[in-house]
Formats: sequence, structure tokens, C-alpha cells
Amino acid sequence: MAEYQFLPRQELQRLFDRLRTAGFHCIAPQVRDGAIVYDTLADAAALPQGQHDRQAAGSYRLERDDSARCFAWANGPQALKPLTFAPRESLWRAEQGADFTPAALHDLPTAVLGVRACDLAALQIHDLHFRNNDPYYAARRERLFLVAVNCSHPAETCFCVSTGDGPEAQSGFDLVLDELDDGYIVRSGTPVGGAILRDLYLEPAGAAQREAAQQQNAAAVAHQTRTLPGRNLRDTLFARLEHAHWDDVAARCLSCGNCTAVCPTCFCHSERDEPALDGRSSVHYRQWDSCFTEGHSYIHGIVIRAETKFRYRQWLTHKLGSWHDQYGRSGCVGCGRCISWCPAAIDITAEAAALCGS
Amino acid sequence: MNAPQTTSPAMLPHAAEIVERIEESPTIFTLRLRFTDPAVHQAYGFVPGQFNMLYLHGVGEVPISIVSDPEDEHMYDHTIRSVGRVTRGLAALKVGDRIGVRGPFGRGWPVKEAEGRDVIIATGGLGCAPVVSVINYVLRRRERYGRLVIMQGVKHAADLIWRKRYEEWAALPDTQVLLTADQGGHGWPFRVGHIPVLFDEAHIDPQKSIVMMCGPEGMMRAVIADMVKRKVPEESLWLSMERNMQCGAGRCGHCQHGGNFVCQDGPVFCYPEVKELLGVKGF
Repeated sequence: MAEYQFLPRQELQRLFDRLRTAGFHCIAPQVRDGAIVYDTLADAAALPQGQHDRQAAGSYRLERDDSARCFAWANGPQALKPLTFAPRESLWRAEQGADFTPAALHDLPTAVLGVRACDLAALQIHDLHFRNNDPYYAARRERLFLVAVNCSHPAETCFCVSTGDGPEAQSGFDLVLDELDDGYIVRSGTPVGGAILRDLYLEPAGAAQREAAQQQNAAAVAHQTRTLPGRNLRDTLFARLEHAHWDDVAARCLSCGNCTAVCPTCFCHSERDEPALDGRSSVHYRQWDSCFTEGHSYIHGIVIRAETKFRYRQWLTHKLGSWHDQYGRSGCVGCGRCISWCPAAIDITAEAAALCGS
Repeated sequence: MNAPQTTSPAMLPHAAEIVERIEESPTIFTLRLRFTDPAVHQAYGFVPGQFNMLYLHGVGEVPISIVSDPEDEHMYDHTIRSVGRVTRGLAALKVGDRIGVRGPFGRGWPVKEAEGRDVIIATGGLGCAPVVSVINYVLRRRERYGRLVIMQGVKHAADLIWRKRYEEWAALPDTQVLLTADQGGHGWPFRVGHIPVLFDEAHIDPQKSIVMMCGPEGMMRAVIADMVKRKVPEESLWLSMERNMQCGAGRCGHCQHGGNFVCQDGPVFCYPEVKELLGVKGF
């Protein structure tokens, strides 16, 4: 079987069908509420054909044209994060008298189509954080089949070239696609992906098609203008904890936590209890939390980060700084979501430049 | 992959019964616990300085250090100050009531590194609780350690708990107990002032000593500054940190102090590990 094969656009449905036959629940991008979101989808005709995202600081708009392409956009507010690290899930249930029952593991085999390189990089970061430490994450992660689509249309907010995570998917996928005008170049990244691909009985991709895909990737690289001032800003940021710019950004930041909600690597979550009305039982659940909330740093009557300045500083010095101590790389994959979805149009690349500049 | 089971002691609480409740002060109490399942009780082990997540039915969990000796197989003691939703609820429990216990979590005191050395304990406020287990540990293995110096500072004379226990410790050979209050008042026979006023009397041998401290960070920073002046190497200074903790296993992110997850990499740290951010407001 040739390494690079070609899937004509009108046959994309066969990939969905093959995955469903193999027992996978299919998740794919679709338009909802004016944005690209990932959710259950088994019909290739429901993909966001002709949709393009126009992103800027504090702005996300979809525009449609008559392009036949289904992946001619950068990303939406979600990454893979909600599929592996659930926004809210119960961990255990307590009965009065203190008997404890763990929640069941969620282990439905799930295939995701249209995964971006930035989100694969974020998943690899979450693997380091959760996979050996959390049975609920591990169960979902083990059953994930990932079909990457190389990003051909980065948004103005994207800077994955600067972080080294895209736009071309490097690893971590079962299958990877390059979308061309008339179809997809397909390559497998794992034996499981190879088996699915073999069953599609495709023709090898031609040299011209591969050349077009390479040019498309080069154009996606060239299109990106935003950058971070370095791959490892740890020492620079921690040397500037008293920089005047922290006050500057704090004057604009609403401390709303949108950036942490859309960030594909933010992993903070709170654990809470929800007693039944009769008080006999209680469910212990966790849900996404944000270092921008007051409660995040609460300890016996004291809030360590009462001021927005300290919360933004915590977020940025962790994301771009102390993440290196924890996981050997920055916690930013350059997806640009925190820029687009910030209601105050705060741009992490601009803030980092202001803080790290001389 | 080696993720823990959903039923592992780190993930799921186990039921424990309150065997005894000791009122230490109007706001401080000790719960002596025993797991209701004998097999769980048997299997449970910890090192001094580690903590458990205690669960109050329908209300929530709270991280509390273990004060008993790891080799006391009968029960596990937690000394608690009632200050928040969960601890106020725990304060209302009686003998025979049940709670949930998840743990133990974190890295404890360097009891091995301390062998053959003078053990200097410096604590403030209720800060004494996390080191009581190490004091008991040293006392039970007295021949392995040099001098034991226990120093405790409180704000007001009335804040001192365990006065009788301090008196008992003070009567032991090679053990020195030094107490001070920021505000002494009538009937306070000990020193007045911040904890460093005690250090001259402690006759600290900088090369032979290992310092373990616990309490408010301002107090611990004052101890560190004074000890460094006395030429105690930074690597001999150990402190127990507190941050918001919800999972106990380095997952939930609340306890982060720079790159450290206090619940997992600590709560006991060697000073150089936390030096960069200790005392920086907001971390």
C-alpha cells in the first residue's frame, strides 16, 4: 500500500462509514451558533463546506462561499479538550453512612475527524498531565481515534509556527489528511489507522497532488504573522514579576476566564459536592475551573490572588514559564483561541512581547 | 498506561469512624479516626508530613495533615481549626460519626536525611500540627537523632494549645522546648516576641542541624532569614507549604506554586526548591 493515498471528495462519506463499521462513534466539525464546533456527525454532507473563519483579537466570524472544501478554516472555540477532560463529570457518589462508589468509566470508542496540529500538540501535553494520573481521562484517551487535517487556512490569530506545533500535524494522529480542491491525500500514523485506510481501497496520491499539498502547507506557514518572543520564556518572565506591564494588562482584563475555557491545555478543575435533596446521598463531581476566579487561590479565609494583576500573571507565567518546569515545554500551542475569544481583545503574543521586550 | 484505578485510595474516599474527639481550644479540635474496613485500615500507611483529604457528607473535602505516628496502627489523628464550611461541619461531629478519608498525599518530612543530626522544629500558629507527627517520630526513634529543639511561636498567649504536651517534651533528655508569644500577658512564663527571639537559646549548630518549619509564610521567611544568617545551609532548611488543594494528586491545578504542585511535590519542600517565589505576593 502506498504511503500517500488519495480520497476523492465525493467519497469522504466512505471514511465515516468505515469508522462506524469499526465501532467508532464519529465526532466531526460542524457549524453551530455561528462557530465551528466538534460534535456527533456521521454525514459528510453536514461538514462545514465553504465555511471560513475570520478571527481577530476579540472577534470570531464565519463567512461562507461556494468553495467545495470542508476544512478551509482554522479552528473554533473547542479543541479536543472536552472529549478527554470532560467539562463536568462525577467522580464518585457517597451514601449517608459514608459508603463510596466510583463513577463508571466512559469508554465509548470515539473517532474525531478534522483534528488540528495545535490540538494534537495540546492533547500530547494533557497526556503528560493526566494520562498516568487520572483513570477517567485515561479511559477516554485510550479509545480515541484521531483523523488530523493539516491546517490550510490559519486565522490571523494563529501562531503555531512560532510555538513549533503546526500547521502541519507531525505526530499523534491515526490518519492525517491534506485537503485539496478535489479531495484528500491520506496517510496513516498508526497500525489502527493503517487498517482503516487499507479497507478504503484508495489509489496512490499523484506527484502533482503531493506537490500541491506541500505548497499549501508552505503557504499556511507563510500566512502566519503573530509570534511569541521565544519558545522558552520561563526565566525572562520570572525575572519580570514586578514589570509595570502587569498593571497595564490588568486594567484591560475582565478576569472572566474565557481564555482558560478555550485554551486546549488549561487543566485546572474544581471538585465539588452536590447533595441530593433528601440529603442521603451526594455526588462528588469535578468541573473546569480557572485561575481567573477568586476561589482558585482561596485558602482558609485568604485569597492569594485577589487582584486581576496576580491572576493574569499566574496564568501567563504558568502557561509560558513554569510549564517548562512541569512538562519540559511551553503550555502554549499557538492556536490563538485566547486572543479571539477574549472579550477585551487581549493578545497573548502582544502581552508576552511587552513583558519580554527590553 | 498506569493510571490509578477509580477505586484507588487516591481517587475514592474510604469510610472512617471517629473514635475520639479532643477539644484542643475553642476553635481547634483533634479527630482520632479508624477506617471502618479493617483491610483498608491495615493497608493504610503514611509518612510524617503527609496529609489526607477529609470528606464531610454532602459538603466537601478539606486537606488536613496527619499528626499521629505512622507506626501507631490503632488510629489516625487529624488536628483541625474550624475556619471554613467543611471544617466547621467537621467540628460538629461526634464520636461514632463517619467521614470519608482519601489519601495519604504528598511528600513528607525528610526523616531519613535528618538521622544523626540535630532536629530543629520551628512552628507558628496551628503550624505545629504538621510537625507533631515528626516530633513523635523522632521521640520514638530517639537514638537515631541528635538534639531535638521544638520552638513554637503564637500571636497571643491564649492561642497556645498542647501546653501540657510541650511540658512533657521539655522534660525529655536532649530535648529543648522554647515558646514565645507576640503578645504575652499575665501568666505567660515564656518569651515575648517573634519566633527568632528564641534562636540564641536554641544553640543551633549550623552544620549539624536540620530545620523543619511550618506556619504562616511570613513567619517561615523570618526563620529562614535568621537561620541563613547563622550559617545554616539552605539545603538544611525544610518547610511545609499550604495552598488550595482539591484533588491531592497534582491534577486540579489549584495548589501550583510556580512549577511545583504543592500537594504532590510538597507539601514539605527543601527551601531552595521554593526560594524563587517564596514571599512573592500572588503566588
